[in-house]
Amino acid sequence: MTLLQIIRIASRALARNKLRSILTMLGIIIGVGAVIAMVGVGQGAQEQAQKQIAAMGSNILFVGSGTVSRGGTHMGWGATKTLVYDDMAAILRECPAVAAAAPGGMTSAQVVFGNDNWSTRITGTEPQFFEVRTWAFQSGAPFSQADVDSAANVAIIGETVRKNLFGATDPIGQTIRIKNLPFKVVGVLAPKGSSATSGDDQDDTIITPITTLQKKMTGETWLRWIIVSATSRENSFTAQQQISSLLRDRHRIRAGQDDDFFVRNMADIADLADQQSQLFTTLLFWIASVSLVVGGIGIMNIMLVSVTERTREIGIRMAIGATESDVQKQFLTEAIVLSLTGGIIGVFAGLATSYIINQTLQWQVSVSPQAIAAAVIFSMAMGIFFGYYPARKAARLDPIEALRYE
Amino acid sequence: MLEHQERLRALAAADRRGVSNILILKHMATIPHSGPAPVIAIPSDAAVIRVEDVHKYYDLGETKVHALRGVTLDISKGEFVAIMGSSGSGKSTFMNILGCLDKPTTGRYLLNGIEVSSLSKKELAFIRNSQIGFVFQGFNLLARTTALENVELPTLYARVDKGEGQNRALEALRLVGLADRMKHYPSQLSGGQQQRVAIARGLVNRPAILLADEPTGNLDSRTSVEIMEVFQTLNDGGLTIILVTHEPDVAQFARRVLQFRDGRLKSDHTVKNRPRAEEVLRNMPAVED
Repeated sequence: MTLLQIIRIASRALARNKLRSILTMLGIIIGVGAVIAMVGVGQGAQEQAQKQIAAMGSNILFVGSGTVSRGGTHMGWGATKTLVYDDMAAILRECPAVAAAAPGGMTSAQVVFGNDNWSTRITGTEPQFFEVRTWAFQSGAPFSQADVDSAANVAIIGETVRKNLFGATDPIGQTIRIKNLPFKVVGVLAPKGSSATSGDDQDDTIITPITTLQKKMTGETWLRWIIVSATSRENSFTAQQQISSLLRDRHRIRAGQDDDFFVRNMADIADLADQQSQLFTTLLFWIASVSLVVGGIGIMNIMLVSVTERTREIGIRMAIGATESDVQKQFLTEAIVLSLTGGIIGVFAGLATSYIINQTLQWQVSVSPQAIAAAVIFSMAMGIFFGYYPARKAARLDPIEALRYE
Repeated sequence: MLEHQERLRALAAADRRGVSNILILKHMATIPHSGPAPVIAIPSDAAVIRVEDVHKYYDLGETKVHALRGVTLDISKGEFVAIMGSSGSGKSTFMNILGCLDKPTTGRYLLNGIEVSSLSKKELAFIRNSQIGFVFQGFNLLARTTALENVELPTLYARVDKGEGQNRALEALRLVGLADRMKHYPSQLSGGQQQRVAIARGLVNRPAILLADEPTGNLDSRTSVEIMEVFQTLNDGGLTIILVTHEPDVAQFARRVLQFRDGRLKSDHTVKNRPRAEEVLRNMPAVED
């Protein structure tokens, strides 16, 4: 029997029980669809992370007040309060590979405008921050160095804050209240979307001069972070080393002692983001695979039922000359046709789901051709794996018994 | 055709050197059936079936069933044999052995000169496909498969190519007078017609013997005679037919009747004054609706 004839016989047998075949396929369709969509979401996140990191500029370095272990307890970011404004001045002064730097402080607060209020993150920095982060304005302008020097009550708001507090009103020149202090809105940042590394909404923020933040809101005298740009991308590693040795020196850290700060360049951050999103993708893949395996078990179940139901047919075929391998091929082909058809429909279901996720949640979803090929091959392997036992069972039937079966 | 004969001669030469003659049969199965060829293609002098002291035991755990207790017989080409016996007489077991669905525990069974008891499962399947046509009591056609496709089925397993398989199937359907019903499904055919389709399926690979197990068991008396008429006609054409039945009315249409009892061949006689089925039909009252 040729392959084409076997496939035709198998398809016809499946067409005989349409509803059952469709329900069985549904398991595979959902499984493959889930794998395609989930891996698409994972890979989309990964690509978006890489894109954002690239957009941030590959010459950026991030200096953070360190994590430190004290008495066996691992303290979080900012547990040490040794990073100060003078450190930044020293970096600018003494590290030749550094082009610009901006300090950072942070708190969160309730912001009020008119009858609306919104809880958000307040970042304190200097005007250079917008250059280093290459963050554009949709309206208004950054505050000036003079505003920093005088600790002026001026604020720049992110897109999310603008949407929630102002709606259709033009925010420029309006006064908002942060921790009961009046702030004049001088600028609105261009939307940036969610962060590549943490997944936070970067637009849900208000930026004020660091002096205003520290003196009027947090009372902190130390810095949470310093954002630095190297003179060039090639110099970012040199800058990292220069900053590191300068800060160790300034903080009087002896050889062998841990740093009380950390310096990351973009390559590190990209790696980290990559690792995270890869973990995310892998996790999603395995969760989705479970449903694919369940679908495979469904195929095995229905094939076993089918073999029992068609015992007599198997007996007839054997009596008129079908060999064991003919019978085995027939049932194995049925299982493969089921799973492969399910797999192909599943690919389309997965693509459709990806599209819907993209449209409704605004997530970037990217389905690679490799993922599609893998899903189709995997679903076929599923058919072979779960179809083998029922087919073997059919082939092993004794023709005399099978012919007698009612 | 000439090249096929060349090939057969070469295979026969190989056979004398100890190669299984299954190779010859395998090649013969692929030769196109062209023109009004004889239904079977074996030497007329040989016994188609030779059974020598065949025993069959079934081991059912604690008890051992001795189903056949030494059967010896020959059936020649062109015979029409009816096997009779009550249930438990061993006739079904004997039938299964003749049909190569089962193997004797001891003794020899030669079909067309091939020692069957030494063959593998795969070879047995091949023998069933090429040498034996089966007709069952319950017709055993595949549902939702047209008459033509049902008849074609054995040619698929013979690896005959599609066009040739269809030609053979059509020829076989013509032989049983159902060429005009080839697109019908079994559910659209009467019992008698279904059994004719089953007979056509049994004939499609031009087997050495046609084995019919209670072929009239599910049919009314008139249709039974009609089926016997088909068998008689085929037998007149040279086909060897072996029929298992418990109805003497049916057995009388055969040329030779074998009686089984307690696993042994009790009697073996030729039917005298064998009726012709077509005459019996003529004298039967017409079916009233």
